[in-house]
Amino acid sequence: MKVVAAMSGGVDSAVAAARAAEAGHEVTGIHLALSRNPKSYRSGARGCCTIEDANDARRAADVIGIPFYVWDLSDRFHTDVVEDFMDTYAAGQTPNPCLRCNEKIKFAAVLDKALALGFDAVATGHYATVRTSSSGAIELHRAIDAAKDQSYVLGVLDEQQLRHSLFPLGDTPKPQVRAEAAARGLLVADKPDSHDICFVADGDNAGWLREKLGDRAPNQGGEIRDDATGEVLGEHEGTFAFTIGQRKGLRLGRPAPDGRPRYVLDIEPVSGTVTVGPRERLAVDQVSGDRVRWCGAPLAAGTVLAGDGVSVQLRAHGAEHRAVVRVGDDALVVDLLDPADGIAPGQAVVVYDGTRVVGSATITATHRVEAAG
Amino acid sequence: MNDARTVYLDHAATTPMTDVAVEAMTAHLREVGNASSLHASGRRARRVIEESRETVAQALGCRPGEVVFTSGGTEADNLAVKGLFWSRRDGDPRRTRVLSTAVEHHAVLDPLEWLAEHEGAEVEMLPVDHDGRLRVDALRAAVERDPASVALITVMWANNEVGTLQPIDEVVAIAAEHGIPVHTDAVQAVGATPVDFAASGVDALSLSGHKVGGPQGVGALVVRREVELTPQLHGGGQERDVRSGTLDVPAIAGFAAAVELAVKQQADHAARLAGLRDELVAAVRRAVPDAVLNGDPVDRLPGNVHLSFPGCEGDSLLMLLDARGIECSTGSACSAGVPQPSHVLLGMGRSSDEARSSLRFSLGHTSTAADVAAVAEAIGPCVERARAAHV
Repeated sequence: MKVVAAMSGGVDSAVAAARAAEAGHEVTGIHLALSRNPKSYRSGARGCCTIEDANDARRAADVIGIPFYVWDLSDRFHTDVVEDFMDTYAAGQTPNPCLRCNEKIKFAAVLDKALALGFDAVATGHYATVRTSSSGAIELHRAIDAAKDQSYVLGVLDEQQLRHSLFPLGDTPKPQVRAEAAARGLLVADKPDSHDICFVADGDNAGWLREKLGDRAPNQGGEIRDDATGEVLGEHEGTFAFTIGQRKGLRLGRPAPDGRPRYVLDIEPVSGTVTVGPRERLAVDQVSGDRVRWCGAPLAAGTVLAGDGVSVQLRAHGAEHRAVVRVGDDALVVDLLDPADGIAPGQAVVVYDGTRVVGSATITATHRVEAAG
Repeated sequence: MNDARTVYLDHAATTPMTDVAVEAMTAHLREVGNASSLHASGRRARRVIEESRETVAQALGCRPGEVVFTSGGTEADNLAVKGLFWSRRDGDPRRTRVLSTAVEHHAVLDPLEWLAEHEGAEVEMLPVDHDGRLRVDALRAAVERDPASVALITVMWANNEVGTLQPIDEVVAIAAEHGIPVHTDAVQAVGATPVDFAASGVDALSLSGHKVGGPQGVGALVVRREVELTPQLHGGGQERDVRSGTLDVPAIAGFAAAVELAVKQQADHAARLAGLRDELVAAVRRAVPDAVLNGDPVDRLPGNVHLSFPGCEGDSLLMLLDARGIECSTGSACSAGVPQPSHVLLGMGRSSDEARSSLRFSLGHTSTAADVAAVAEAIGPCVERARAAHV
């Protein structure tokens, strides 16, 4: 096959490209220029938008012995990922830009362009596995390395996208990938993993949002109220700086009467109110979502998924929760058999059957566990 | 060169070294000698440098003392632009204006931008016409508005992207009326079109080794003896006290041999390339009738073919051609990895989309009719595919 390998400049995508080439595919390395004003050097641990990252990707392509180009997707990325990120925070929700980037950029804009240019597939360094079942259906599964598994951020890929996707690292634990990179002479073998959001260079989400949102911010501040008493406990400088379940950075003037830490329970962008309460008030037993995506054949409205293997994941690298999933019309309602903490609308609920990713939805609402007695 | 199947059509980026240049350069690689040393080895190195200087001077119509060796075209441009600006302003503090064009190479544009930001230079980017040729009327108006305030005029001899030749004689005539020095970046012009320093009347002229069949990393600024330049590299004072640094003997020997040959063969070379160029343009137009030739159709570099392919991204086209072993460029190769629409095309009044739809094929001394035939065969399917990928 003719394969485009998306190369971020990190170790995973470099090894993925090398493996695809070694498997006999005709591989072309592509670095996606996602920032309109790339910085020359990384300021923090990393970003994927620096010229240095592009250079790392180019050197990896040299070592592997494949052609390499930079594709400028900065406009698409800005519209589909960065704007979505800002809008979601402005609406009092918590976006997952990596997932949006996979859905709209890597496996849409890049894949479409690659197919039109005569390529057959896009390979990335994601930790996940694509399999074809005995009946010929395409399936997305978790990676072998549970700690690195990235199937959650791929839960937005449909059947067609999966048919043209290669994830060469799904069967390998991360330490082995690093060792392999070193053995292959790839200089990125020791490069730190990415954790932060690539376009927020210094990791200061709130500061970045304050600057970029400007007048589009729903508010420039408001009250922090106690969930139980309604008492005003403090002030904040914009609801967009908060996420459900957040504990740090609340800067409450005084400790709660019971002396226990307070967590963000609710964000109300119109009134500018952030509600806080004790940890047990974070527990949620039902989530609803829309923007449903099926990683394979779509399930009809009215379908109910239940049973031993059925579970959901509610955030990247989050735990699996046993669940009963009811399929609606472009909607999912998920009953959690064990409550989950700190679930933020805007994040994805990804549905699994065993290791297989069934599909996903964007969380729109959660139902809190009623306080016992 | 690369393997035999490679169709190399990016000679404006760099062209293979000619045999005489390789021989001249390699002859000195194992020799010891710093041209500034006083002993026999030093004198031998110095002799190679001075003979090379004489060779370059002979080829370019200047005196040997007017040749300042540099690390290449970029350094020559920086030395000319900043060096002239500072020395002229030192001579008269009113001289703060610099007149140039919107289509200069970044090696001129960026120093100008820097001077504007850090040194209070008032840089005026004069407009060009649809073919990229300086609007001489605009230059005249800008000069005559206040001639005493103009520190220098810098206008390239030939454009590196679209190949248009600039009216240097008219620039010089206007400047001469007011005693304003003129610098020209002739990096693409030497060896491709007749360049005679003294006859041109310019005060400073940049050239580069690897564009004329010499090695990379060496070039020269030819500058009239009477013109004062403020030094940029301070140190041992090797080159007329305006450019310090131990002279690179093998590179300078290779450079001189390349310049000599390029100038000697210029007329035949240009005639041959122009023939191939016209064939290439005709072949592309047969395959892609709506392809647009950019730049002046007549007054252009003999080896330059710059085309826009409506509805295509030049980057996609470049990649598809590269996969077939055909090597060309989307414009200046200097934009650090992230593709930007060409400032030259934008300066010529093209839209950002038009600028992004462009490709440059540049022919050189190793180009053949087989190269042209390869493009003729590949361009149609590649354009079709690139159009499908452009949404």
